[in-house]
Amino acid sequence: MVTDEDKVFKALADASRRQLLDKLRQKNGLTLGELCEDHDMSRQAVTKHLVLLEAANLVVTVKQGREKLHYLNPVPINEIYMRWIGQFEQSRLDALYNLKQSLKENDHE
Amino acid sequence: MSNDFIYTTYIKTTAEKVWAAITNPEFTRQYWVHDNVSDWQVGSTWQHVASEGQIRIVGQVLESVPPKRLVLSWASPENPSDDSRVTFEIEAIEDMVRLNVMHGDFKADSTMAGAVAKGWPLVLSSMKSFLETGKAIDIMAVKVCSK
Repeated sequence: MVTDEDKVFKALADASRRQLLDKLRQKNGLTLGELCEDHDMSRQAVTKHLVLLEAANLVVTVKQGREKLHYLNPVPINEIYMRWIGQFEQSRLDALYNLKQSLKENDHE
Repeated sequence: MSNDFIYTTYIKTTAEKVWAAITNPEFTRQYWVHDNVSDWQVGSTWQHVASEGQIRIVGQVLESVPPKRLVLSWASPENPSDDSRVTFEIEAIEDMVRLNVMHGDFKADSTMAGAVAKGWPLVLSSMKSFLETGKAIDIMAVKVCSK
């Protein structure tokens, strides 16, 4: 049986699909054409990835005229987060994340 | 009309229960830690009230089609002209309900967008958990810790 969670993990297990999600995080509501810009993927490949992302409910689409607009839906990721990370670990993880970021920044200096 | 955010979740419940979960303060209190107060008639005001009685969000009911569609304006009472628009779409699909929450039409210099972008996924996860298991997520604990 393929669960919703399986779909989410499968959808996330691909760099190109994560890149598409990153793109929507920067600017929500993009058309297929806009999502294909500065990608070395074909329009067909992007469409295929979007189908998987939509099936996993990570991308939600809305029709506007002839265009289909794509939105990042973080709710399934939030559910994974709530299940394994929960509320108590968060402040420690934030501290670790901040430490990692500041070390990275120092590296670039 | 433009949407900046769309959040979707599938909940194993009925459309009527999702409608009640949004509009009945007895329910919103349990998973959203706030009372949503209104008579939910078009043109009426609605308020999002914290447990200490503080009014956090105010607005008008713009559309109300129980148990399918609710459109509200959304603003802080301190800055009512900086309003935005929230649409709830509730659609029964087999034995599940698909809930869409769309938030958009923010004013150009609005500070509200950043705040609600973090809040909605948490509220929807908590609502789903509340409707499916009867247990809500302690969303205040998450909010406090992630500061």
